[in-house]
Amino acid sequence: MSGRVLVGVKRVIDYAVKIRVKPDNTGVVTDGVKHSMNPFCEIAVEEAVKLKEKKLIKEVVAVSCGPQQSQETIRTALAMGADRGIHVDVSGKDYENLGPLQVSKILAALAKQEDAQLILLGKQAIDDDCNQTGQMTAALLDWPQGTFASEVSLEGDKINLVREIDGGLEHIKINTPAVITADLRLNTPRYATLPNIMDSLMNNETELHKPNHRTSLCVGLIPLFETVAPEDMQGGTDRSGAMLRHTVLQSGKPKRIILSCLCI
Amino acid sequence: VLYLPLTMHNPVTISKKACFVLQAEVFPYPEIGNDELEEIKQLVAPVEKFFSDDVDSAKIDREATIPPETLQGLKDLGLFGIMIPEEYGGLGLSNTIYARLNEIIALDGSIAVTLAAHQAIGLKGILIAGNEAQKQKYLPKLASGEHIAAFCLTEPGSGSDAASIQTRATLSEDGKHYLINGSKIWISNGGMADIMTVFARTEVEVDGVKKDKISAFIVERAFGGITSGKPEDKLGIRGSNTCELSFDNVPVPVENVIGEIGGGFKIAMNILNSGRFSMGSSCAGMIKKLIELTSEYATTRKQFNKSLSEFGMIQEKFAMMALNAFVMESMAYLTSGMMDRPGIPDCSLEAAMVKVFSSEGGWICVSEALQVLGGLGYTKNYPFERFVRDCRILPIFEGTNEILRMYIALTGMQYAGKILTGKIKEMKKGNIGLAIGMVSKKLRASLGASVDLGLTGKDGVVHPSLETIVDEQLVLKRVADVLIHIYAMTAVLSRASRSISIGLRNHDHEVCTLCAHSYNSPENNDANIKKIAKQVLENRAYICSHPLERTY
Repeated sequence: MSGRVLVGVKRVIDYAVKIRVKPDNTGVVTDGVKHSMNPFCEIAVEEAVKLKEKKLIKEVVAVSCGPQQSQETIRTALAMGADRGIHVDVSGKDYENLGPLQVSKILAALAKQEDAQLILLGKQAIDDDCNQTGQMTAALLDWPQGTFASEVSLEGDKINLVREIDGGLEHIKINTPAVITADLRLNTPRYATLPNIMDSLMNNETELHKPNHRTSLCVGLIPLFETVAPEDMQGGTDRSGAMLRHTVLQSGKPKRIILSCLCI
Repeated sequence: VLYLPLTMHNPVTISKKACFVLQAEVFPYPEIGNDELEEIKQLVAPVEKFFSDDVDSAKIDREATIPPETLQGLKDLGLFGIMIPEEYGGLGLSNTIYARLNEIIALDGSIAVTLAAHQAIGLKGILIAGNEAQKQKYLPKLASGEHIAAFCLTEPGSGSDAASIQTRATLSEDGKHYLINGSKIWISNGGMADIMTVFARTEVEVDGVKKDKISAFIVERAFGGITSGKPEDKLGIRGSNTCELSFDNVPVPVENVIGEIGGGFKIAMNILNSGRFSMGSSCAGMIKKLIELTSEYATTRKQFNKSLSEFGMIQEKFAMMALNAFVMESMAYLTSGMMDRPGIPDCSLEAAMVKVFSSEGGWICVSEALQVLGGLGYTKNYPFERFVRDCRILPIFEGTNEILRMYIALTGMQYAGKILTGKIKEMKKGNIGLAIGMVSKKLRASLGASVDLGLTGKDGVVHPSLETIVDEQLVLKRVADVLIHIYAMTAVLSRASRSISIGLRNHDHEVCTLCAHSYNSPENNDANIKKIAKQVLENRAYICSHPLERTY
């Protein structure tokens, strides 16, 4: 096993920024707006670096698909402890149309090229909330996938995973190579300290890649019709059933009565 | 010295008739390279994240202490050694990057003061005047934050009059140690500092005559004999530790003298002068944050069926905050840009002007921001009252604004005096010569700098109006205010011209701000103010591009 882990990192609008829709409704305002690494990608990078510190893997490679500015995101990953960076240069119209399907094709190709043992991604990006890239990448490579991971441990050539699902926690064991997507409680990402950032700026460990097949970026494009801001919240309407339930609860009557109300 | 007000006959009329010569150093506005800009962006991100996620300013203020985890987080980030060279374990960053980081650090006043007391003054002495051995010994642990530094000059009887300190350092009999006795007051980080820069009187021999001169020492708490008083219960910056320090026969090895024996005062002044400029960017950063917080409220709160942001007097407050932030940024980065130039330029005058403007502008803005929130701003549920309390210290420490105004005006006078004495015909000697001598000595003592003010040219010639100028504080105040305003206008002009030339985003907004600041006619101004306020309130933020931004 190469002991190499690929971590996908995406440059998104910072979570604290108030999003505003462009006046022509073709998207959101990104010009001059603060961007940073997707929070779930940060968790993925942290997990990869932790595995390296435990000496379970040998090298962490951070990958980002996007325009020139994506290099900042890669550098943040380097400052957090990644060894190398790969910037897949996608800009202009291609970047606007870049979605999970296209990115997963790129990641799959890179995984084969770099002989990766593991791909770590965030479970979803906070700008499009797709939650698809990890799953698609695994399918393209025909690798097992462990999504919404809140605990990861390597055991020989297998991975023990705890997944956060609607019903609770699911424990699974999958083979390597595999794709894992990180959920919120997997870890708490470290700060990229200033000395580490300065080191990463001096070592130019980022390679530039141009996507090989332009066609791979054009497949499966989803046309965007319109972007609108959500409507302002209106007040709620009072339904008699709800009021009944409310008064019953307030008066402290036993639960059986509440259940019968629900059945009405 | 950048400016020379070529005064006319009566200094009182200087504000009406002053003409001045601008040196070439302020145009074009200082720029940094693309690499350095990239570096700044990367460095700023984790610091911003730390301050927004892991710093609980309300708790720090309430409990009057910075939690150890927060302090450790700051150390881990590397913020304790920003300007210490890399070879000693620091980040080795320039004055400009230091100023930029201070924009964020200023969001919590207690942390800002703790860090500034440590690196802007506490260890600066070792950095600028220490020898190689001292640097190697002390800087690494100071850079990592393992040791914290403090600057010990002020005493109960000597605040602004720093030259009159009474703490004494006497040479031991074996000539290997100095024993320091005395007490210091208002020492930031005093309770937790391991390494202190202490100023004390020493006996020196000058031409066979014994004199008392001030010397600077590196004193370790580990030397023994040092007691810290209890932390002062302050109005603001409550998380910063401020206390009295008593020195009782503290033995300091002679190797720990900084610079030369007797040269301590000059070192103290250099240290203080070099740290001042960052107050400009600190205040600007704080005001920008306040604009965001306040505009949120002003655009949502409705009275008389209109949101507050539609009322002129509220708009004026936002325009004023944006204007002040703009000017402070411009002045701070102009000064830091000049300081970063090769050679060792003396920007103490410019730094003093930045400090006076920023401290007073900051105080006004913070008060107006609280005013916008009305009753809510007055409660502890919102951070505005904390900002007001934290800002009150700004016109007081790092040289009171009164003293700095004297310094600004008199340095200008000195330059003018030099020019004048060359042009004025000789006057009567004798009596005047004696009087001049006394005036010069008095000036030296009151400013604490051994500066030849040039008010006496050769042969004791001086312009009659400048004879007693030292005592005319009200006149000097007006002169200083004019000079500060001129520097502010210059900085703003320089920055805005660059913004237009390279096409920075929102440069037209900058021009508008410039006009509102510099051309003070009411008719023009109302329109400008409304324009600025409208854009600020629409975006709910300060919108000018950062002066360090580039477009190419």
